Amino acid sequence: MSAIWKYISDVLKGIWTLIQGMRITGYYFFRPRLIVTQQYPENRRTLEMFERFRGEVTMPHNENNEHRCTGCGICEISCPNGSIEIITATVLLPDGKKKRIIDKHIYHLGMCSLCNLCVKNCPSDAIVMAQTFEHAVWDRTQLTKVLNRPGSKIMEGVKE
Amino acid sequence: MAFSIYDFSTLTQSIHDGLSSRLSPTGTLAMEWAIVGIVILLFVAVFGLFLVYAERKVCAFFQQRLGPMRVGPWGLVQTIADFIKLLMKELIQPARADKFLYNLAPFIVIIVTFLAISVIPFAKGLQAFDFDIGVFFVTSITAVGVIGILLAGWSSNNKYSLIGAMRSGAQIISYELSVGLSLITIVIMAGTLQLSGIVEAQRAGWFIYRGHIPAIIAFFVFVIAGTAETNRGPFDLAEAESELTAGFHTEYSGIKFAFFFLAEYVNLFIVSAMATTVFLGGWMALHVGNLEGFNHVMDLLPPVFWFFIKVFFVIFLIMWFKWTFPRLRIDQILTLEWKFLLPINLFNIILMTVIVLLGWHF
Repeated sequence: MSAIWKYISDVLKGIWTLIQGMRITGYYFFRPRLIVTQQYPENRRTLEMFERFRGEVTMPHNENNEHRCTGCGICEISCPNGSIEIITATVLLPDGKKKRIIDKHIYHLGMCSLCNLCVKNCPSDAIVMAQTFEHAVWDRTQLTKVLNRPGSKIMEGVKE
Repeated sequence: MAFSIYDFSTLTQSIHDGLSSRLSPTGTLAMEWAIVGIVILLFVAVFGLFLVYAERKVCAFFQQRLGPMRVGPWGLVQTIADFIKLLMKELIQPARADKFLYNLAPFIVIIVTFLAISVIPFAKGLQAFDFDIGVFFVTSITAVGVIGILLAGWSSNNKYSLIGAMRSGAQIISYELSVGLSLITIVIMAGTLQLSGIVEAQRAGWFIYRGHIPAIIAFFVFVIAGTAETNRGPFDLAEAESELTAGFHTEYSGIKFAFFFLAEYVNLFIVSAMATTVFLGGWMALHVGNLEGFNHVMDLLPPVFWFFIKVFFVIFLIMWFKWTFPRLRIDQILTLEWKFLLPINLFNIILMTVIVLLGWHF
């Protein structure tokens, strides 16, 4: 007899747990404002991206075509998948000293995992994450970018 | 052409008269067959595509997503675009497949759904064939669909297909029992196997209300077994992606795959339509006791709309099951059928018989 009661209570308990599950999914079904996914941003003009969004690594330049990169190479070392290559040059200063400057800050967007480590580790805050999001190109060589603009030089007062 | 949306027999009668005044009796019959065929074909295509869209939207909302949004307003044209894509795809045939059976299988599956739709009463007079044995016909013809699935798995010459087909076959054949027995529970009450007769017997009240406890149990058993029979989640073992890729239709592409896909969704409609016809009063409006005013207002909505409202309710219920419950293992599925649904069902039939004999129903 107890086996029959166990059978019946098993069935009822099973139905009860199923109803519990359906109550939770039903709760979300009938509340569409809780939807978490976003539509593709078609409103490119008026769009405001989230501050934490990471699109690609860029190097900001000021109006005199000056950047803050010293060419120290810490970003290259900290990059986990080798997306950054630093090519430095040596220039002779007027007082006869030699100085290392950045020649090319090469950035491979196609390899970058947008982990933000280079930006975090930059001692002179020379590189930042941009909030661009449409990176598709027809040719993968276009994904290799030189971040410092041609003819640019280092800003005055950036500590080595 | 006389036409009333409340009674489709006027429309069918006027078509029949119009045809027979121009053609010989044989020609009339052939013409009517052709018309019925085209109507069912169009209905299957349009309704199947709509159900696929509805499923994707319902699933998305259950999972706090938006679902298809980009093709047409709210993604309404999405499934049509998908269908056009499937039509244009190459039909690939495995090199060592059994060519004849491989090509035959999708047609068996889709023809079975056409046959099952032909007996469903959509509204008064809107029923292609009104058999004396309608319930029996539906249960037996849907069982034939298993042959299509088994053939698809067998002829593909692919172990995944074969295992998927075997699982599907084992599952469908076991759950046939529950479907049949839960329908018989109501047939005991209705006293007829004719689907239009069953609907007519519910003029005084839907069977789920008139048969109270055993009818409600039978309804839920039918919905569970119907879900299992259409191979939908949580019983979608035949299409376990990680184990069996796509199950019995792994090797099918293009329009042949679309046939299986469409048949699956139209089978969902057939199960819901049977549940509606047998338990929820078919195309009968919702009537409450002696509330004359209320009943009159309910009668204003044409029967065909009542039918589809109820069908969509059952379809939504089955989709709700799919997107809530975790999947079962094959042994759990068979345990559920043989150790739970079948004994409950048999007991339920006895209960219903006693209630009918003692006149304890409403």
